[in-house]
Amino acid sequence: MPQFDLVTALILIVAVMGGGLGLVAYLTLGERKVSAWIQDRVGPNRVGPFGLLQPLADGGKFFLKEEVIPAHVDRIFYVLAPAVGVITALLALAVVPVGGATPPPDPAPTVAAFDQAQADYRSKLNLVIAPGIDVGVLYVFALGSLAVYGVILAGWSANNKYSLLGAMRSSAQIISYEIPLGMAVLGVFLIVGSLNLERIAAWQETHTWWLVFFQPLAALLFMISAYAEGSRLPFDLPEAEQELVGGFHTEYSSMKLGLLLMTEFIHLITAGFMMSILFLGGWSLFGLENVSADPTVTAVLKAGILLTKMFLYCVFALIVRWTIPRFRFDQLMNLAWKVMIPLGLANVVCVVVALQFGAPLWVLTAASAGLFLVAGCIAVRAAGSITNPKRAVRKLPPGMPVGVTYAGR
Amino acid sequence: MPLTETDVRWVEAPKLGFWDQLYLPAMVDGLKTTLGHMFSKKITEQYPEQEPTLPPNYRGVHRLNRDEAGRVKCVACYMCATACPAHCIDIVAAPAPTEWKDREKYPETFVIDELRCIYCGMCEEACPVDAIELTTLYDLTGASREQMVFDKEKLLSVFDQTTKAGTDPVRSRAGKLGAASEPPPQ
Ligand code: SF4
Ligand code: SF4
Repeated sequence: MPQFDLVTALILIVAVMGGGLGLVAYLTLGERKVSAWIQDRVGPNRVGPFGLLQPLADGGKFFLKEEVIPAHVDRIFYVLAPAVGVITALLALAVVPVGGATPPPDPAPTVAAFDQAQADYRSKLNLVIAPGIDVGVLYVFALGSLAVYGVILAGWSANNKYSLLGAMRSSAQIISYEIPLGMAVLGVFLIVGSLNLERIAAWQETHTWWLVFFQPLAALLFMISAYAEGSRLPFDLPEAEQELVGGFHTEYSSMKLGLLLMTEFIHLITAGFMMSILFLGGWSLFGLENVSADPTVTAVLKAGILLTKMFLYCVFALIVRWTIPRFRFDQLMNLAWKVMIPLGLANVVCVVVALQFGAPLWVLTAASAGLFLVAGCIAVRAAGSITNPKRAVRKLPPGMPVGVTYAGR
Repeated sequence: MPLTETDVRWVEAPKLGFWDQLYLPAMVDGLKTTLGHMFSKKITEQYPEQEPTLPPNYRGVHRLNRDEAGRVKCVACYMCATACPAHCIDIVAAPAPTEWKDREKYPETFVIDELRCIYCGMCEEACPVDAIELTTLYDLTGASREQMVFDKEKLLSVFDQTTKAGTDPVRSRAGKLGAASEPPPQ
């Protein structure tokens, strides 16, 4: 555990919170712009040049709106829920490197060597609020699963059946997708040998090739589960405007609603950072990050590369949102339990076997592709689609002609 | 006629092939479509700056047409008021001035409540002398409900405004009035 500088940490906290919330604001604008462009519209363009001040107007509106607390809610939990949601979402950013960072030193055998290692470590720039947390990824996942409390508290305390339905769906969804999420990164931990995010990123920097090249299947599973964890479309069943009004935040108004909506985007940003660091090489870009000998330039370059990756992931999520229709709830559960968890498990087995026999890492790429194709073959045999398997008809319903062999659900 | 067994056609969902089952090709396909639209030409009209070009049969605010002598064409036959499903036309008829040789009656007052109107155009269809028409004026506002109740002067001024601007040429026959203007046969 490296010693860290309180002043740097405080500056970073301010920067990360400020930058993060600013990005959240602009992601809301981005969401509207991207949806508009995809639908051949121009999107918000009246507030400021190109509508760039729209988030400010939205924020101002949230503050000025009437704050309604319905009489039938459980006040304590009702007020607590948005806070829980935002706090857990923001806390996860603490261990995420937002720019270049050095892997923390290992414990050294002598005190002198230890001090030397510490001094070495501190002489380098580390753009992470809480550096050297060895349970890094676990910490993020733990907070991610705490986020469901925000949603459940909101849905339950609101005392409204739509809210409650949204909250129930959300809990089932988030808990189910936590498993493939964990399975997907297990392979990464095994390859790198650490849960520490700085180490994982540094591993990819030294190996040049990012982990997505060795673990494409895991990256895919991770991305899908991350969408589900953050309740983004195509997995936004907790909100499902068409059927549940607004889901868990139906009864919320004013800034409390604003906070609940912000939570989703903070989760998106965290997922973007995790995806970039775990699979997309962190702050490395095939050696381009080290072109300059000047440490300041390098630091800026690294931060720029990492932030660009994170930002591109967010933009991709926005585009996906307006591309793929929402899953039905049983399809959602089928996808998690029948497809992603077995695939994740098989992937972990492949990694374990490959590492045990010292096979080159490229074998894992082939294994991922193989697993994916095998899954496709199994699905073809199952006749229906993966998320909606058909069952053979045992007893024909009255009036059904003999030719019909399968019944959909 | 009740449906027979032969009328029912059983349709099974098409079987998904290998590439369909992999999902990813379909997703990439979808992404290609949405990305293509992201950069395609936008169809938004920037409304206040860019006025829409409306089809000539657009149903906006009413106007009362004038004949060549500048008189109101309406002969107060109440056809429009009868046809109106929203009951928003109120007419008071009076005998036409004696120098108006071509008609028997004319509307003393002619009031349309534009807030109750559903802009269905029935009045225009009902009018036997083509005196009432719906124009392409759509941006009508008022500071109070009373302002949105249009009287005869207002409706005639809509005629002046739209014909002068050239946005709404008089679509129906100008000039000669129809049979409704003549006294009933003895
Ligand atoms: S447009 Fe329809 S509703 Fe309006 S005045 Fe004419 S008939 Fe009545
Ligand atoms: S139908 Fe035509 S002529 Fe008859 S009252 Fe209405 S506007 Fe006047």
